[in-house]
Amino acid sequence: MHYMCLIYAAEGSGPQPGTPEFGAFMKGYGDFTETVKSDGKFVAGDALQPIATATTVTVRGGKNQTTDGPFAETKEQLGGYYLLDCADLDEAIKYAAMIPSAAFGRIEVRPVVVWDH
Amino acid sequence: MLPPHALEQTIGRTVREEWGRILASLVKTVGDFQLAEDCLQDAVVAAMVHWRKNGLPAAPDAWLITAARRKAIDRLRRDRNFSLKRDSISYALDLEQQLSDESEAGAIPDKRLEMVFTCCHPALEEKTCVALTLRTLGGLTTDEIAGAFLDKPDAMAQRLARAKKKIALAGIPYEIPDRSALPERVSSVLGVIYLIFNEGYSASNGGSLTRGDLSSEAIRLARIIHRLLPQETEVSGLLALMLLHDSRRFARVNEQGAMVPLEHQNRQRWDRTKIAEGVSILEAALPKRRLGPYQLQAAISAVHAQSPSWAETDWLQVSLLYERLHAYQPSPVVRINQAVAVSYAQSLEAALALLNEAASNGKLDNYQPYFAAKADFLARSGERAKAKDCLAAAIRLSGNDLERAFLESKAALL
Repeated sequence: MHYMCLIYAAEGSGPQPGTPEFGAFMKGYGDFTETVKSDGKFVAGDALQPIATATTVTVRGGKNQTTDGPFAETKEQLGGYYLLDCADLDEAIKYAAMIPSAAFGRIEVRPVVVWDH
Repeated sequence: MLPPHALEQTIGRTVREEWGRILASLVKTVGDFQLAEDCLQDAVVAAMVHWRKNGLPAAPDAWLITAARRKAIDRLRRDRNFSLKRDSISYALDLEQQLSDESEAGAIPDKRLEMVFTCCHPALEEKTCVALTLRTLGGLTTDEIAGAFLDKPDAMAQRLARAKKKIALAGIPYEIPDRSALPERVSSVLGVIYLIFNEGYSASNGGSLTRGDLSSEAIRLARIIHRLLPQETEVSGLLALMLLHDSRRFARVNEQGAMVPLEHQNRQRWDRTKIAEGVSILEAALPKRRLGPYQLQAAISAVHAQSPSWAETDWLQVSLLYERLHAYQPSPVVRINQAVAVSYAQSLEAALALLNEAASNGKLDNYQPYFAAKADFLARSGERAKAKDCLAAAIRLSGNDLERAFLESKAALL
């Protein structure tokens, strides 16, 4: 089963670039990615640019509308994701808890829909 | 043949007693809570018809599970007819083979632990865990559960349906957690069972103090889990604790329905059988030296249960047990109870100091037991005016009619 682990954190929380903690933090991500890959769980994973770069697109009455910024102003923002192939929710939770941002942000774990053919 | 009324009762009892075990085994084979429950429900309807006509079978549980398995095969066959899902065809064929093998073997594998760990999974909301556990392991109907929690039946049915859907879609496993996760998961299960017990024991919003059925149900569920996990000392601890609490069921409320505190309870009315059982379960668990909050609370309750009167209570022992409990549960509630013990074991000054320390951060400003305890200490120190103020605050904060009546009667005596 595929589980999407959505990484939410307030921008500016957690270790910041230029601090000694940041290096360890990034290494934590590197190690985690290695672990899920060598365990055969990794399907995909990416980090997103900050919300300042976001554009929200809507189509209403056939007309495209774009707005500068995220679709909703929230305290915590989606900053990246891992798509993992796990046996069940317990395994997905176990890996989600290992994502470095879980220590200050939140990881939302959601199963991916399997479409019937 | 039994008269219709007695037969109905026997059928009802059998279904209730066997429900959890049969359902657990069905979920294991069909792999889905909703399907398993629907099939068992169908089997119960069929049983009503057959048993009324032919009398109760020799082994009603075997009858029910065989019928439920046939219903499962029927449903999957029907499903196969109008859906062309490749997976579901091969799955139905496998299942048919498996079910007929198991029916021949005759034994119903006990999967109740797998079921309870799924129902009390931390990915489900606590209230949902409670409802689901009562429905699946306890065999209570949705209406009964709704009634017990003063909820609308529709809302409860929706809650249960959503939970079953989440279990299926989110892939909550149907397994006994591995050793490393077991203590935490056992503690979730125990939390749910204790919540059921307390809902029956104190009914915080209702007029009646004991909804005994829920307490009995919690004890029954804990017995099942205790039999299945005999090495888990906290399971023993919770079972012992609930038995000891429940032994006072008939002494906690007087003829007028008013609450009677431990201090004034008629100890002749305590249920000695429940006390003996609770104490012996606790005594079997303590030497294993894996202490936890439930065992400590049971130990406190056991000290009270075994002492001939309030005055002769081993208060030093009680206060030491609360001190240890505070290490597991650093809550003001524990401190307040410890202060009560200290007020007898040591002095009123020491007890008031402990109480003031617990209240120092303002957290207890709206906490009824704090004011009730403080009023008691002050009254015993001869500070009647201050005691009255505290009691007034306690009365204002009480959420239970019986409790309020009790506090008012205390105020009248000052």
